[in-house]
Amino acid sequence: MKENHEITMDTFLDGLWKENPVFVMLLGMCPVLAVTNTTMNAIAMGLATTFVLLSSSLLVSLLRHAIPKQVRIASYIVIIATFVTIVDYLIQAISLELYNALGAFIQLIVVNCMILGRAESYASKTRPMKAMANALGMGGGFTIALLCLGTVREVLGNGTLLGYSLFGDSFQPWVVMVLPPGGFFVLGSWLLLFAWLRQHNERRREKKLLETEAANGN
Amino acid sequence: MATESLSFIFLNALLINNFVLSLFLGLCPFLGVSGKLNTAVPMGLATSLVMLISSLCAFFINEILVAFNIEFLRLISYIAIIASAVQLVEMSMKKFSPSLFRALGIFLPLITTNCAILGLALFQTFKEYTLLQSLVYSLGAGAGFTLAILLMAGLRERLELASVPSVSQGAAMSLMLAGLLSLTFMGFAGIGG
Repeated sequence: MKENHEITMDTFLDGLWKENPVFVMLLGMCPVLAVTNTTMNAIAMGLATTFVLLSSSLLVSLLRHAIPKQVRIASYIVIIATFVTIVDYLIQAISLELYNALGAFIQLIVVNCMILGRAESYASKTRPMKAMANALGMGGGFTIALLCLGTVREVLGNGTLLGYSLFGDSFQPWVVMVLPPGGFFVLGSWLLLFAWLRQHNERRREKKLLETEAANGN
Repeated sequence: MATESLSFIFLNALLINNFVLSLFLGLCPFLGVSGKLNTAVPMGLATSLVMLISSLCAFFINEILVAFNIEFLRLISYIAIIASAVQLVEMSMKKFSPSLFRALGIFLPLITTNCAILGLALFQTFKEYTLLQSLVYSLGAGAGFTLAILLMAGLRERLELASVPSVSQGAAMSLMLAGLLSLTFMGFAGIGG
């Protein structure tokens, strides 16, 4: 099979919406739920994951002819683990507070199925530039998903956004939202919303199709 | 050195800080394989077995890494151990129960990327557990994972027959269910004192 090396806008945009790793493909759920109790954590986690995704995609893509088929998964994991170790030490150097808040979840980026999935199904088959464009889109989509959850949970559960109070003292925080069950509920609600939107659009398209058919029939 | 009693460590991993429902580890198999009880049980047991083996190996590897002062290799070596442990379980399952092997399908090799297992190895290192404590911790975590996936599978089997709006079928409903289960497990928080 000949490789298609054309980089289109879709290479990048697919990851943001149509193939959003979290909302559509349901990959890499663990960090999505675990670290999104504040917006700041969500941003940090999103950026860290994007960095690992980007650099591992580049390296996997560069080495795609050198890695033998039989040991490819193991090699990808070693590559990913290397970059995660770098990120782990970087965050520790930049902000110890953030490092403690994210805890083991920085190191757990290694087992984020989204990254391994991208390496296996995309980066190992295309040129570095295209792989990086796709990785950037996927990372962006992942970060957006984390933000969707992080903001909702922080606003409802704490009454703050990025640490600034939104509603004043009279606000009774909805504490369950920052606790584990809230993560499940908020992500479930987002999925419901997207499923509803998709169904709504489909119905409208069908209705339009029927109408045009009826018009043509007359 | 951690001084917690063994029974507390076990209960902590099983109920209070259940790996799936309060630490959000291992969600992919939890949502993916919990459709039927008769695949959920072997999945839980296989994961527990891998947890036990990798916890044991991780403990000794960590001793070696600390002795040579090369802790930055921890992540890579842990992952390598887990991948080999999964391979071992996969091979033995293929030999002893091929039907089960086929039923679990892609989710069996994916145990490698189950964050619950790497999470377990990392937590026992951070908490500086002794060998015995690590083993009890991994048993508790495995039992906790199995318990969570069993509860979920039981609930989902019943819900198959219920009529729910078509929008909420699939992932959205599973997440809501998981949320309710997680809420229930928060009730155990008092046990730790």
